[in-house]
Amino acid sequence: MAQMNMLEALRDAMRVELKQDPNVLIFGEDVGKVGGVFRVTEGLQEEFGEERVFDTPLAESAIAGMAVGMGTQGFRPIAEIQFVGFIYEALDQMFVQAARMRYRSGGRYNSPIVFRTPFGGGVKAAELHTDSLEGLAVQTPGIKVIVPSNPYDAKGLMISAIRDNDPVFFMEHLNLYRAFRDEVPEGEYTIEIGKANVVREGKDVTIIAYGMMVHTAKKAAEELAKEGIEAEVIDLRTLLPLDIDTLVKSIQKTNRAIIVQEAQKTSGVAAEVIAQINEKAILHLEAPVLRVAGPDTVYPFAQVEDAWLPSPERVVKAAKQVLNF
Amino acid sequence: MSKVVTKQPSYEVQSEPVQPLSILSPEGEIVAPDLVPSLSDEQLKEIMYRMVFTRTWDERAVNLGRQGRLGFYAPVSGQEASMVCSEYALVKEDFVCPGYRDMPQLVWHGLPLYQAFLYSRGHQHGGQIPQDVNVLMPQIIIGAQVLHAMGVAMAFKKKGEKRVAITYTGDGGSSEGDFYEALNYAGVFKLPVIFVVQNNGYAITTPYAKQTAALSVAHKAVAAGIKGVQVDGMDPLAVYKAVSEAAERGRNGEGATLIELITYRYRPHSMADDTTKYRTKDEENDWAPRDPLVRFGKYLEAKGLWSEEDTNRVKEEAKATVNEHIKKAEQTEKMTVSGLIDTMFEKTPQHLEEQKADFQ
Repeated sequence: MAQMNMLEALRDAMRVELKQDPNVLIFGEDVGKVGGVFRVTEGLQEEFGEERVFDTPLAESAIAGMAVGMGTQGFRPIAEIQFVGFIYEALDQMFVQAARMRYRSGGRYNSPIVFRTPFGGGVKAAELHTDSLEGLAVQTPGIKVIVPSNPYDAKGLMISAIRDNDPVFFMEHLNLYRAFRDEVPEGEYTIEIGKANVVREGKDVTIIAYGMMVHTAKKAAEELAKEGIEAEVIDLRTLLPLDIDTLVKSIQKTNRAIIVQEAQKTSGVAAEVIAQINEKAILHLEAPVLRVAGPDTVYPFAQVEDAWLPSPERVVKAAKQVLNF
Repeated sequence: MSKVVTKQPSYEVQSEPVQPLSILSPEGEIVAPDLVPSLSDEQLKEIMYRMVFTRTWDERAVNLGRQGRLGFYAPVSGQEASMVCSEYALVKEDFVCPGYRDMPQLVWHGLPLYQAFLYSRGHQHGGQIPQDVNVLMPQIIIGAQVLHAMGVAMAFKKKGEKRVAITYTGDGGSSEGDFYEALNYAGVFKLPVIFVVQNNGYAITTPYAKQTAALSVAHKAVAAGIKGVQVDGMDPLAVYKAVSEAAERGRNGEGATLIELITYRYRPHSMADDTTKYRTKDEENDWAPRDPLVRFGKYLEAKGLWSEEDTNRVKEEAKATVNEHIKKAEQTEKMTVSGLIDTMFEKTPQHLEEQKADFQ
């Protein structure tokens, strides 16, 4: 088995799909010759040609809109939006046109598109490069949302996303691209969309997270373990559909939960997770479910971002709060 | 020593005004004999048939709207030449990406009329385009469809198919970012796409003069490096000619064309709009003599191909057809929320399955 970091795993997933399905295409800003600003698609143009992997003019709405048009004609576009903040330019095409295609046509057309974008803070990037905008997507009917936290999941989820006949918003945490290497199998394998993963077992408190925050949660769990507290850490992997069953099963065991998200606190994924836990598991809870999240400010690039982002310390604090409730 | 003066090329971009292509005068006379498209008598009669049918259908639809039997409806009278003849210049394999007013193009391209009515009534079956009909559903977000047509054209090009995509928007739509982005992409990738702008003078109430300072909408093609033409959109022959040429260019790999059709909508933007608040009776009267049905009727009558009886016959046929299709629309089984939920994704996820319980 090969050792790959997350961006190599993502590239490998796209290579597998480009090879096995001639309708798969990759396009976006700078994705061709150099393989994108993070080199995720590096070498793919060389291997598959400019017909399959190509640069577009600089216009995000057109990237997404072209994907929607091509999607009605049997292509399966992988459209890259260079940085997460740039999706604002493409929101209509992504969240209205692609997401509503199946509804508007009563199933006659669909949008088998993967909208890839890097996101996530802690790398001192420019303004609007590192926001966490998954909350916008999960409130949009008709689009799936995936956020992998490691190379193995990234490859399996990307292959599933490309094969999915509905649009997928695939968010790649840019602090994870080169963070570490994993054993990643050669060739094809898939991870089911909508399935969470228990990444650390524990009996005292459930810590729910996704993306980079899975690693923050794991660090917190190690700290808690030093004090004899065994935290169960769950990686959501898919934000829509959400795997509530795995969360409920864990809470039935731990009776306590917190959720960590990098996004601003109000009305986001964490709020939705708590709402669903209330609906399905309130009688198993010994304490309110707490959120560890960014404050409701704009994402502060560079200067104070490390302090702004949820830290293992804040997670430990929240875990103790629910334990001592 | 004499000073050498070299003539410098102008560093200022030059733009010249255009004259709209005109083949048939408002009096029904050919003013550009060399440009008359080659159409058989049967084809000429078919165009007249479709325009009269469309006008009658429009009048009937306005009444159905008032009776509450249709939902949102955008009237089309005045634009029959631009709608009917632009579609008539295509073949069935070509793909239409319409705006919300462009129901006639969809229907003449193959969408059953009752489905157009169902769309207006908010019924999903209205958007279930039959498999052999190459159109998208009417677009509500102004300009979004212009990008889709560009994407469809990209698909045709990649597959090596000799098909073109055509899209319609208005003078207002030509101010949208999506419009400019689509033209630019079409230029860069040399795509087989036709961008039709039906310049009917108003974006709801905002007049064309407040829409752009460009010499014309057609001039916007220059910045994208594609061909641009301006056409009398109430001249059926000119519209047919311009779109045929654009389709030919697209099929031959010569790229995209922007076609500005100068036209006028006689009725309000939608049934909720009041034209007296933003335009004058004089202006409406100015446009009336340019009417596409009147001028084409005169042309065909002079050729001995059409008569008032023909017009009356088509009107009756149109009324009967509209009645039949509105009944069919009204008799179509109503949508359910559960059915709606099942059209969000290919396979309905668990949370949506659970949400169905509230509606059963």
